[in-house]
Amino acid sequence: MINDFHYLKPASLKEALAMYAQHDDCKVICGGQSLLIVMRQGMLAPEYLLDIKHVKELSYIKFDDKDGLRIGATTTHREIEKSDIIAKKYPVLVAMEQKLASIQTRNWGTIGGNLAHADPAGDPAPVLMALKANIKFGNEKGDNTMPLDEFFVDYFETKMDHGDLVLEVHVPAPEPKFGCAYQKFNLLDSDMGIVAAAAAVTLNADGTCKEARIVLGNAGPTPMRVTKAEDLLKGKKLDDKLFAEAGQIASEEAQPVADIHASEEHRRHVLGVLTKRMLKKAFEQAQKAA
Amino acid sequence: MEKHILRLKVNGDEYEVYIHPKTLLAEVIRDHLGLTGTKRGCDTVSCGACTVNVEGKSVKSCSVLAIQCEGLEVTTVEGLEVNGKLSQIQRAFLDNGSYQCGFCTPGMLMSSTAFLSELEGKKPSEEEIRESIEGNVCRCTGYNSIVRAIDAVAQGKYKEE
Repeated sequence: MINDFHYLKPASLKEALAMYAQHDDCKVICGGQSLLIVMRQGMLAPEYLLDIKHVKELSYIKFDDKDGLRIGATTTHREIEKSDIIAKKYPVLVAMEQKLASIQTRNWGTIGGNLAHADPAGDPAPVLMALKANIKFGNEKGDNTMPLDEFFVDYFETKMDHGDLVLEVHVPAPEPKFGCAYQKFNLLDSDMGIVAAAAAVTLNADGTCKEARIVLGNAGPTPMRVTKAEDLLKGKKLDDKLFAEAGQIASEEAQPVADIHASEEHRRHVLGVLTKRMLKKAFEQAQKAA
Repeated sequence: MEKHILRLKVNGDEYEVYIHPKTLLAEVIRDHLGLTGTKRGCDTVSCGACTVNVEGKSVKSCSVLAIQCEGLEVTTVEGLEVNGKLSQIQRAFLDNGSYQCGFCTPGMLMSSTAFLSELEGKKPSEEEIRESIEGNVCRCTGYNSIVRAIDAVAQGKYKEE
């Protein structure tokens, strides 16, 4: 049963930020595909609910060859999935969205809401972190941009304070010789990942690894980078042996907890395998890329 | 807590309902408007029985606040038939026996209606058809006959009557 609340419907972003600042016991709803579930469970019972679903200023997808990709916070998952420019420039984002929950959820749920909810099993964060994304959030007094790597603090907690709204996700322009892949492990396609891994590889002109990024999903309190494994790959000529070693490190560095879906040991094992496979996939994409 | 007047269009008709903001779209449709074709199965965004189309896009009405649909156009399973005639996908469901207990059927029809309209004449693969109903659970597991019905419409075997 959802508790009663006062409903706040701002007409603009400015009004939304002002309303949020004025109301202490206030939560923000956009698509509500995560929020309504926890409200129904009684885990959240805010006095005020601020509805930003129809704040049009935050609904956009913009791309520029130099600046990269900018996605407004109230853009739906489905709009990202169906975007031609994203399919062309960042195919991994489309592939990720196609496996995020169901079409119905993607039609109503938004990218900003997903990131603000900060569920460590969420799909977009590991991929966006592998793509070196930045997140912009702000309140009445001003805004703040930081790498998404630094945004998540703990289970369902971010660096945002009361009054802050997610405004935009920025993904830098694609680099040459770059590949990125993501896979989650689950029993049903539309489920959340029991664990997940994203990997990105950038190659030098001579084919050695310029940079690698490995991000694990549902492997701890927040989406987590495995910098120790990334460092191992940097500067090397990549091969299956190195991918397996990186997978082993990811498996050791992860902090998964056991639940009804899988034991800790099983999760570690699958994280290792996924890391190895995603690195290989990203590497092969990078080799083929211009 | 104060109630609000919600104006929305359902199956082409304008409605005004007086609701608490916590009221879900499924509750407005079933309890306020009496359109009980839309089913509530799991109430946790999992099963898809409550699927309705908002502005032509499928959503799970058990997890959408009705008040967020202010001014929007909602279609439920009751809105699929036109002038007393069943829509193409409804007839295809009948012809292919795409019903067992029937509880998932309204949701299946709404998901497939949205899917077919988004195709704009393109012929989908079987995989795409199966993906189009991934958010809808048929607990009788009668998926194959549902997939056959969607495929039949996508292949142009039905015409509007």
